[in-house]
Amino acid sequence: MERDDIIEYSLEAHHSEEAGRKIRKNIWQVTLLMAIITTVEVALGAYWKEWFPGSWGMVKWTFIVLTLVKATYIVMSFMHLGDERRNIRAIILLPYGLFILYLLFIAIWESNYVYRMLELFL
Amino acid sequence: MAGEASKALSNDVLWGGGRSPFSISYGKLMMWFFLVSDALTFSGLLVAYGFARHAVMDPWPIGEEVFRALPFLHGSYPLIYVALMTAILIFSSVTMVLAVEAGHRMDKKGVIKWLFLTVIGGAFFVGSQAWEWSHFIHGGGGYITAQDGAKYWVHNDTHDTHDPANAAGFHLVKAAPGHYLIGDHNSEGGHVEGAEAKALWDDKVAYIDGANMVRNEYGPPQYGNFFFFITGFHGFHVFSGVIVNIIVLSMVVKGVFHRRGHYEMVEKAGLYWHFVDLVWVFVFTFFYLL
Repeated sequence: MERDDIIEYSLEAHHSEEAGRKIRKNIWQVTLLMAIITTVEVALGAYWKEWFPGSWGMVKWTFIVLTLVKATYIVMSFMHLGDERRNIRAIILLPYGLFILYLLFIAIWESNYVYRMLELFL
Repeated sequence: MAGEASKALSNDVLWGGGRSPFSISYGKLMMWFFLVSDALTFSGLLVAYGFARHAVMDPWPIGEEVFRALPFLHGSYPLIYVALMTAILIFSSVTMVLAVEAGHRMDKKGVIKWLFLTVIGGAFFVGSQAWEWSHFIHGGGGYITAQDGAKYWVHNDTHDTHDPANAAGFHLVKAAPGHYLIGDHNSEGGHVEGAEAKALWDDKVAYIDGANMVRNEYGPPQYGNFFFFITGFHGFHVFSGVIVNIIVLSMVVKGVFHRRGHYEMVEKAGLYWHFVDLVWVFVFTFFYLL
């Protein structure tokens, strides 16, 4: 059942042995970076009390920033979204980004309100 | 790399019909759309977790105080086990991206090797999560709520949770204010033994041991519920991913994709697998670290 009207886009992704070596080197570099980030996160989580007494807020933001760095590398490098065309990057990331910002805003706003109401009446 | 050859297309040709303006196959595009919708589901769960944590007035447990055990070992190892699980999952993501790379070179043996390691890593992760659930559900002895509302941790030598008051070495440790899991060992009246402990036990308002959907010894009920839902939903994704990877691996071994001329199916399964890893990175931060 061969069809000749289907373009095999995946064939364009084939690469040579030499290009493969470069790509593999890049993969291992990203791996090393992620391992370092995770180690830093665990160390901060386990010892932040001794290292940064009273500054939990700063550690929290460090976690969030490091997580976003890791997520960027997973999506752009491991999932190859960084190598796709710009238009596919946009239709994947923009709607999601807009929606998640809205979701975060609404959750923080409403939970603050609920907390204040509980504080007032309980 | 992927799509490299088609980057040179001009915009007129691109939207002129005849080929996908995204230079990407239907299957891969649909996998991306599925992942976006699935990402929103997980975002919903994590945002709901944040909402509950923010709105609940009781102190919320801290990950490093809840998850501090290792299998076969005694003592306190805060977050080490979860970090190990994270490392396993990230490593299996790396082997998956190496399998995809081998597929781009039509290297069947390489694909088999790396995909097999990915399946092993995924199985290890699911097994680790089963142990963690078991540990979470059984708990560490539980606490009682006294008549005056104070919380006391229940201890005995044999870790008996059915009749702890009559077990050898029974004693109570008052919970530190603002914490569920940390005992107030040093202050006066923090350590209760003998007849006094027995009296507190007999007059208790409630005894909570381990975790279920209604209550748990770690914190507010919502904490246990979100633990089960978020890690459970993610664990189900990992389990499905392992099954998908096994099916794709068997097709690779049979040579289905080699005959087809490309290993795009490995790439699609890989997208799903990386997504599972991506979700865990966020669960790790927002559930365990913060």
